[in-house]
Amino acid sequence: MSDNHRPVPSAGDGIRGALREFGLPRIIIAAFLLLMFIIAPFTGVNFWSQITNVTNRFSWNAVLVLAMVPMVHSGCGLNFGLPVGIIAGLLGVTMSIELGFTGLASFVMAIVIATPFALMFGMAYGWLLNKIKGGEMMIATYVGFSVVSFFCMMWLILPYKKPDMAWGFEGTGLRTTFPVDRYFGGVLSNFLKIEIGKLVIPTGALLFFALLAFLMWAFLHTKTGTAMTAVGSNPTFARAAGINVDRIRMLSVVMSTWLAAVGILVYEQGFGFVQLYNAPFNMALPAVSAILIGGATANKASITNVVIGTILFQGIVTMTPTVMNGLINLDISEVLRVVVSNGMILYALTRKAEVTK
Amino acid sequence: MSNTTPLLQMKSIRKNFFGNQVLKDINLTLNEGEVLGLVGENGAGKSTLMKILFGMNEIRETGGYEGDILMNGEKVTIGTSFDALAHGIGMVHQEFSLIPGFTATENILLNREPQKKSIMSEVFGQRLNITDRKKMDAASAAAIDKMGVQIDGGMVISDMPVGHKQFTEIARELSKDNLKLLILDEPTAVLTEQEALALLDSIRAMSRRGIAVIFITHRLQEILDVCDTVAVMRDGVLVQRIPAAETSIPEITRWMVGRNIDTDHSGRRPVPETEPIMTIEHLWVDMPGETVRDVNLEVRRGEILGIGGLAGQGKLGIPNGIMGLYASGGSVTFDGESIPLNQPRRCLDRQLAFVSEDRRGVGLLLHESLEWNISFPAMQIHDKFLRSLLGGLIKWRDDRAIQEVTRKYIDELQIRCTGPRQKAKELSGGNQQKICLAKAFALEPKFLFVSEPTRGIDVGAKALVLQALEKFNRESGVTIVMISSELEELRSVCDRIAIVSGGRIAGILPAVESSERFGELMVSQVI
Amino acid sequence: MSNRSFSGRKAAHFLSSNSVPIMFILIIAVCIPIVGFSPAFLLNEIVTRLSRNAFLILSLLIPIMAGMGLNFGMTLGAMAAEIALIFTSDWQIWGIPGIVLAMIISIPISAVLGLLCGKILNAARGREMITSYIISFFMNGVYQLIVLYMMGSIIPILHNNIKLPRGYGIRSSVDLTRIRKALDNVLAVNIGGVRIPLLTILIIVLMCLIIVWFRRTKLGQDMRAVGQDMEVARAAGINVERTRLISIVISTVLAGIGMVIYLQNMGDMATYSSHSQIGMFCIAALLVGGASVDKASIGNVFLGVILFHTMFILAPAAGARITGNEVIGEYFRVFVSYGVITVALIMYETKKRREKAGIGEQLAAAQREEGKAHA
Repeated sequence: MSDNHRPVPSAGDGIRGALREFGLPRIIIAAFLLLMFIIAPFTGVNFWSQITNVTNRFSWNAVLVLAMVPMVHSGCGLNFGLPVGIIAGLLGVTMSIELGFTGLASFVMAIVIATPFALMFGMAYGWLLNKIKGGEMMIATYVGFSVVSFFCMMWLILPYKKPDMAWGFEGTGLRTTFPVDRYFGGVLSNFLKIEIGKLVIPTGALLFFALLAFLMWAFLHTKTGTAMTAVGSNPTFARAAGINVDRIRMLSVVMSTWLAAVGILVYEQGFGFVQLYNAPFNMALPAVSAILIGGATANKASITNVVIGTILFQGIVTMTPTVMNGLINLDISEVLRVVVSNGMILYALTRKAEVTK
Repeated sequence: MSNTTPLLQMKSIRKNFFGNQVLKDINLTLNEGEVLGLVGENGAGKSTLMKILFGMNEIRETGGYEGDILMNGEKVTIGTSFDALAHGIGMVHQEFSLIPGFTATENILLNREPQKKSIMSEVFGQRLNITDRKKMDAASAAAIDKMGVQIDGGMVISDMPVGHKQFTEIARELSKDNLKLLILDEPTAVLTEQEALALLDSIRAMSRRGIAVIFITHRLQEILDVCDTVAVMRDGVLVQRIPAAETSIPEITRWMVGRNIDTDHSGRRPVPETEPIMTIEHLWVDMPGETVRDVNLEVRRGEILGIGGLAGQGKLGIPNGIMGLYASGGSVTFDGESIPLNQPRRCLDRQLAFVSEDRRGVGLLLHESLEWNISFPAMQIHDKFLRSLLGGLIKWRDDRAIQEVTRKYIDELQIRCTGPRQKAKELSGGNQQKICLAKAFALEPKFLFVSEPTRGIDVGAKALVLQALEKFNRESGVTIVMISSELEELRSVCDRIAIVSGGRIAGILPAVESSERFGELMVSQVI
Repeated sequence: MSNRSFSGRKAAHFLSSNSVPIMFILIIAVCIPIVGFSPAFLLNEIVTRLSRNAFLILSLLIPIMAGMGLNFGMTLGAMAAEIALIFTSDWQIWGIPGIVLAMIISIPISAVLGLLCGKILNAARGREMITSYIISFFMNGVYQLIVLYMMGSIIPILHNNIKLPRGYGIRSSVDLTRIRKALDNVLAVNIGGVRIPLLTILIIVLMCLIIVWFRRTKLGQDMRAVGQDMEVARAAGINVERTRLISIVISTVLAGIGMVIYLQNMGDMATYSSHSQIGMFCIAALLVGGASVDKASIGNVFLGVILFHTMFILAPAAGARITGNEVIGEYFRVFVSYGVITVALIMYETKKRREKAGIGEQLAAAQREEGKAHA
């Protein structure tokens, strides 16, 4: 959503109102990240390589966070069922590689193959979410888990043969993790890459995200996009205005699922590995908390929220461990990630205004 | 009876709701065992008065009340419903307050269960006492017996017919030992005829035991059957208090609707004698609390038709059903073609529009800008305020056109706001209502349903809204059907008024008819 | 209505409301002949798992009674038990005294965690399950902070053998060999080759009796009232928030005790992962036993443990037989656990919606009749 219908702060509210709207946890997180950047040079950590790190992680994750936007707009809440789309993406990757594509072609084909799966899964998932309006979040979580664990079996059973992915000669399914440097590793990140000393900017990946973000922004300015926002804001109002609420919700779920499929591909091209089996379990919560940290609520989210949230979240999880390590030789990155991400979600869940429709 | 102190005295009770005087100097006395029938139109102040007596939160949250309440001659302060219970006042509300999975007995004694101490409760406190089932059964049986209607104490509420749920509520109040005064708010509305008769018997039985009853109902015959006294309220004033034996239904009706000043009808246009634009036949609508049973109605082209009636009789169900917001059946013909029901889009496509009575729930996108609120339906239905890009492939929102139309309506309807981008939730009720009207006007409809257009808005805004509707009708020739519980409002704007009673049209009269005639229609088929 | 169609409808109702247990019985019936385990082996395993898990699952009953759904926050109690066991192993108190001490230490920790969890859940009314689920993740982070970084550095740990080589933090596995089955071995009897840990079973039976008793107390009655309709309960003067809080505290404390029983049977504790899946498996087992989000009985607990764990024992072996791959059976049982929870949640939500729509449908039907009569 663009900024053109944000509230006009009335004169009395001033800065305090704006701060309250931004929320205390977000301020703490932003201040903490700022502090990290200030301390970093004193701990012998190279500032520019840190910026590179954060930028890189941003470019891997931003699309997955963007995938939250449509469902939030249509009032389906935070997409805890992100793994549904991720699985579609993984099917795309593995099939594209199995069919022998390499380089950029393997990336494009992965998206092409993932698309019908994402549409199919998205439609089934959306149909289900329309049946259980009001209980979306919990059920989405478990639908995601069920799909992931079902595919744990599928990765073993499906007849993949490519030696780069499958287990040796036994022919019993895919490996847990395999590198994609021979296929599409870095196809986006290395495109128009800028290197200035220690600072490396993955221009291609950032442009790709910018393109998707622009499309999302544009969509929300169309007739259907407007209807989607209205459905999320007040479904009864939308129905009274002749909108087919279920169809709009379904569309949002399909969009979200497709973005998740593309998002995991972008993630993998940057990360350099495909992770199967249990890995998708842990992909939803970071994306959910990133968009919340960015200032979104359970029924309002903008592209700005996505960008700010991803920078803050990825900043915290990449900066803190290195700085802490330099400072007191203690690596608490995992603990911090868990506490920050889940703490943020808890904060959002316990605030009435943020979740009730 | 008159030489003893009355059980209840209410002296000079006044109540303000946001500067709106809803109760003006009410004085009411009630003796032990007296049954008082309280009647009046919706909004006459009956429920507010009872809410004060029962110490409902709503009263406290809106600044309390003025005046004194005396029980047995002593002044009491009733701040919460627990205070009311302590003074022996019980109330049975219209909405059931029962635990669905509990038996009648468990509900009757909810949070007042007889208990047995045990070792655990000695150590860990009262809440680990064991509930004493035998004593519970006995206590509930006694309460049911007091009521005089037989219900099964062991039956689970969710398995009960509606009437028995009502009786369970009454038994719960009766099981309170100190009960001296019981308020029954429209208890017969949900009962079958037989159950209603049983209830009247049980009211008589309570009265014999010395319990005073305040009985609120729209069924006037019941009042005459069971009450000692009738009290009639109108516009926040207690207009009549008379022994039931000395009055009649027509007389009570007159008191209920009679106004001192009759509206001036001199500048009125003649009732249009045009052909019907909409014909409604055998319409039923399943709208909870506003069920429409069998409505037949013709709306004439270019007129303003009012639909009035008491709350809960189904007048709101008519527009909500036709516009597809609640399940409905029957047939509706518009401009010679029939309209499929249960499909909001099809009605909107035929250039019908609806301003809902539920502004916050249906009428507005509270969290969005005024621009969005006004332009949204027109954009979605008539493709207005859109720019076609790529040869019509993309329908891009034209924010400038939206802003223009919003500014136009802000000026025209004198909407008070900081600008077209202010959020709808930040406006006052009256201005929100104008936004709802603007939304409907922007659709450029041929036919407009307006439901309770002045509910909850101040006097100034009321006049503006009604003027705007009248102007819209006169200048654009739009047929308007206006639904309102305020008869005077209907009479001031409409050409003809249909009165709904019991889910059916009880009659249609020109607006210039006397209030009494409308009053009679209102109570004619009440259920 | 004829008698036959009535009984037919009753049967259909029985089938639909017990579809999950019936499905499991079918899966098991198919798997048993494929796997070919001896009945004695199977029975032994089931008894072991029953005594190991039943107490933990019983801890879920009380929040369901109070209308707070499936308490994913029971993990908090499990964490408390693990912290308690780290201390007792460090102090080298073994056997029954070690177990009893661990239970005692776990209680205040569980109570504090439960209090916190209850407070948060009261703030997130209507979204209790997702919130309790996130709390369990959040607390897992805090748990790691304490156990991995603070133990040995801030919190004194005496013995090096449970510390990480770096000098602070607890090893990823804590050896509980010396309290292994200490509880189970007391009064153990052998019946036809099936070893029955009588004391543990007795404790579980006692717990069941306490729950039955608890339902009849004033507090239990209040909880049921709050669980069914908070507003009505509040209007009747019941302190709703406090009642809900107590239910979560009780559940967390019981989960803590249950986790001690669980770990003494295992004889080994995976410091950073033992608790993480326990909530999911317990909830899945309860649901397999025929419970739903708003209704669960002691019978559901036992039926659930038996069916779910029989499936657990059979799945890997059956998977190996069918596909030649044992891992697939393990994935299968994880899939089934998640699947069961998903289905139960969906059934709960659709039921809620159907109930809302039901009233409308009745009215519509009545009017349709009337409409026909008029037409």
